[in-house]
This record gives sequence, structure tokens and C-alpha cells, in this order.
Amino acid sequence: MPTIAESLNNIRLLDELSGQATPVHRLHPLSKLLTTLSFLVVTVSFGKYDLSAMLPLIIYPIALMITGDIPFAPLFKRMLIISPLAIGLGIFNPFFDRTPLIILPWLQISGGWVSFTVIMLKFVLTVLAALILVATTGITGIASALRALRIPKIFVMQLILTYRYIALLLEEVARILLAYSLRSPFSRGVHFNAWGSLSGQLLIKTHLRAQRVYESMLCRGFAGEYNTGSLKRFSLFDLAYFTGFTLFFIAVRYGNIPVRIGASITDLIK
Amino acid sequence: MHMADALISPAVGAGMWAATTGIALYSIKKVQYMENHKVPLMAVMGAFVFAAQMINFSIPGTGSSGHLGGGLLLAILLGPYAGFLTMASVLIIQALFFADGGLLALGCNIFNLGFYSCFIIYPLIYRLIVNKKPSTARLFTGTLIAAVIGLQLGAFSVVLETVVSGRTELPFSTFVMLMQPIHLAIGIVEGLVTASIVAFVWQARPEIIEHTSSARGISVSRILAAFALAAILTGGVLSWFASTRPDGLEWSIAKISGQEQLESNGTIHKVLAAVQAKVAFLPDYSFKNSPELPAAGHGQQWPAVNGGTSFAGLIGGIMTLLLAGLAGISIMYIKKLRKAKVFVE
Repeated sequence: MPTIAESLNNIRLLDELSGQATPVHRLHPLSKLLTTLSFLVVTVSFGKYDLSAMLPLIIYPIALMITGDIPFAPLFKRMLIISPLAIGLGIFNPFFDRTPLIILPWLQISGGWVSFTVIMLKFVLTVLAALILVATTGITGIASALRALRIPKIFVMQLILTYRYIALLLEEVARILLAYSLRSPFSRGVHFNAWGSLSGQLLIKTHLRAQRVYESMLCRGFAGEYNTGSLKRFSLFDLAYFTGFTLFFIAVRYGNIPVRIGASITDLIK
Repeated sequence: MHMADALISPAVGAGMWAATTGIALYSIKKVQYMENHKVPLMAVMGAFVFAAQMINFSIPGTGSSGHLGGGLLLAILLGPYAGFLTMASVLIIQALFFADGGLLALGCNIFNLGFYSCFIIYPLIYRLIVNKKPSTARLFTGTLIAAVIGLQLGAFSVVLETVVSGRTELPFSTFVMLMQPIHLAIGIVEGLVTASIVAFVWQARPEIIEHTSSARGISVSRILAAFALAAILTGGVLSWFASTRPDGLEWSIAKISGQEQLESNGTIHKVLAAVQAKVAFLPDYSFKNSPELPAAGHGQQWPAVNGGTSFAGLIGGIMTLLLAGLAGISIMYIKKLRKAKVFVE
């Protein structure tokens, strides 16, 4: 679990990044959402030993991060924090699957190691794709894409509001934990006796806040509609972006480009 | 317990997305007519669960961490439908902004962490124990037991989804033996935290909990009907997997029966085969390619393994990485040129 400070930094960083004005940011949110989904489907569809075949997919995040001015370091850090899950499950593969799969004159690699590497590569690619989508689109953009997909507005509105309040409540939790730690030096966490009262008080405060929030929304003329501004038109360029990348993903999926390149090079050497 | 995209197949991802979307649409229909003030309440409570999960208890040495029983707490505070939708929002935000659980695995995660607690555990266990006259003791016991069972169901679901996806070599039994006890420990911690919160709120501001416990719950007959439907669907989907999957399942069947493939004459199989032929995109995607497990009875092991292919793959892989790097460098170069041009102008 990331710490509160890390989470807050993460939200602010992604919010800031999504406010940039690069060609990727200017694309229609729906186009970016659909392209991300097609990338994810193609990435996870590769078989467990298709290591070389899926390598060309790396081009997608690299191109987007460079065109969209997204720094690699913070995303990489985020990936490190959550990687134990994928490593934890994937690391069993080398133990259960020891049959040699890659045979080179000087080296033999077992199927388990190949499938483990495939899991890790898929992990990196899928995590990057999701983070890049948010860093180039922002929550409001994603919400408008969801509305364009005809997702009921009550759900979309609740999603945006939840997101907005997360930053607020994280700060509140940070303050509560700071106050608690100042009153209980040398303790490494919240004592069992305080589990209910500490979080319970926050819950009651939050409940009261919800009432105040609703009242202020009514004061500002809320009538069941959360306005996110007008959605821009889905242009031909947006369509081309989606179609182009999807065709590329399909080509990678069925073409096994690296093996073809490798085969033609080895043929040339012969 | 969030599942990652890297560990699921597109078929499992799509199946769980479909199930979750169905439940979400039904919940939205139920929630749509509620009072307007519940929308900010749902949002703020979702944010509360998110933030309260930061006050957390990790189980050392296992790599997993115990979260607050978010789904159950939301169901207790908001009712099952609004609770489920709120949990879904929290998980969407976690997937998007924190890469905690992937976008394709979102269906699985919402199902594992939201569906069981809101639609199975809340009405069948929590409400049964708490009954119509809630007391601190009843609330505490009800929440604790419900949280533990809810997490066990969720963890078992994770095992099923991962094993059906066929991405890990971990055998089903080992995986279950690994997941369930760990999540029993996590579940007890989670349950105790959630129960303490519920008991505290009940003593300090009983109306917050009274409101939802007095509201009409989901009828048991509806749940049973939903179970029957789920059983039919699962049967259908599982036989769909069984009939399309050439590796693990068919391999073990072939090993047991000594036959290459069991003949299927049933009408259901024919219908499913026809359906499968029409929607073959997904099963084909996930299961047919790549050298899979060795086919029983064949002398040749690992059909696609040979030095030549390995070498070509290695060379090609390196070339691809170089090309990807080159593409990146050239985009950077073009961007620099453009910036310089703007500066000169």
C-alpha cells in the first residue's frame, strides 16, 4: 500500500500532467479510451510463451509518453510499488515449468522463465497504458468519454465526485494520523483500542460533510446534472488515431514481427 | 487482492466485465429513483473508504495487504445497490490513478470485492445476524463474520479467474491452499476493523446505520433466482472454455481418458459450438496460439521448440527493441526541432 503522501502526490501529478496541451492531450477522450482498451485486450491476449511476438507493443507507450510529455520516472515508481502482486504469482512459473523453451548454443531458458517474463512484460505494458490514459485525459475527460458511451449520468457524476473527495479525505486522514502519532509516540500503527473510534469519527465527520456538500450543491443550483463542459467533436483525426493504432496492434498480434525480422536477418547471414 | 491485467485472459476479462456491467446497470436502475442527496453521500463515502484503506494493516512476509472491508461497510452504510456502485467507483479510480488492478481486470475486481459483499454477504449473512433490532453485539458479530466470509469468496474467485485464464503455472489446489488461509487472516483483521467502526458509529450516531437497516433489503427468492441464472451462465461459459481450450483442460482430459478429444454429441455442445464459432475472436485470442503444454501420447515434446526459431526470436526481439528505441528518439528529435523552430520564429 502506498502512503498517503505518495497517493496525494500521485493524484496531483496525474492531474497536472493531464492539463498539458500536447497533440495526445488534444485527442478526443473517447478515441484515447478505446485505443487503450484495444491495446489492453491485444496485450493480455498473447500466449504465455509469446515473448518475442509481443515486444513491438512497447512502441505504443514509448510514443505516447514522448509525444504527451509524460515523465517516465514517476510512472516507473508507481509500477515498482504495485509489482509484488504480478511477481508473487508469476515467480511460481519457473518452479513448475522447467522444460527448456529457448535453446541457444550457449544457453537454455526454461518455459517457466519465459512465461514469467511475459507476465512481467504484460504487467508493465498494461499498467503504463492505464496511467498514460489518465495522464493524457484526466478524470473529466474520462467521464465525458463514459458519457459518450452512454454510461448513465448518475454513475459518472458519482465517479467524478468520489475522485474529487478522495484528495480531500486523504488530507484529512493524514492529519488524523499525524495527530494520533503525536499522542502515541513509538507506536507503529493505530492501536486495537482505537480502531473503531479513530476511523469511526472520521466516518461521522464524513457523513456530516456529505450533508454540507449537498446543501452547498443545492445553493449553487444543482438539479441532478453535473456539468463537465461541452464535449468536443469526434474528428477524423481521432478516428484515424484509433484505427491506426488498432491496426498496428492487430498486425503485432498476428504478424510475429520480431521473428520475421530475425528470420530475414539470419537468412541474410547465411 | 486486486487482480492485474497481466494475469487474466481476454475471455475471463470480458466475461467478468459483462457480469459486472449487468449488476451495475441493475443497481443504477434501483438507485436512480432515490433521493438526490444520496449522490454526494455515495461519493463522499467512497472517498472515505479509499482514504480509510490507507490506515492499513499489512500481513508481513506474504506480499499481500489487508484492506478495510470496503464493500461490506458501504453496503451497511448505503444499502447494497448504492454500496455496489460506490465500490465500483472506488475500484475504477484505484485502477486508473493508482494502477491498482488493471482496466481489463476491473470487471473481476468489482465482482470479487463488490458483488459478494453487497449482494451475497450483506443480505444473507449480515442482515440475518443483525436482524431488525440491531445491537452493538449483533452488529459487531454480523460484520465480523460477514467480512471474513466475503473475503473468502473473493479470494476463491481470484483463484478461479486466474486458473481459468491459464497465465500462471500454479496448480489450482496449491493456489487455493495459498490464498484461502492468507485471506482468512486478512479477513479477520478486516472484519475486526470494519466491525469496530460499525459498532462505534452505532453508539455515537445510530441513525446513520438505522436508516439502511430499516430499509427493505433484497428478497431471498430474488437472490436464489439470480444464483440459478448464474449457475446456468457459468455452466455455459465453462463448457465454452472446456471446448475451446486446447491446453490444460483438454490435455488433462486426454491424459485421463486416453483419447485425444472426447466426443461431444450433446445438443448444448452443438449450440455452444455454433455460438463459439460466431464469437471466436475472444477464445481464439486467448487459447489457441503459442506452444502450449505437450499433447499426451505424442512422441514430440514442445512442438515449436527448436534452436533456429529461438535464435530468430532473439535476434528479432533485440531488433524490435532497438527499433522501438529508435522510434522514441526520432519523436524526441522531431519535437526538439519543432521547439527550436518556434523559438526562432
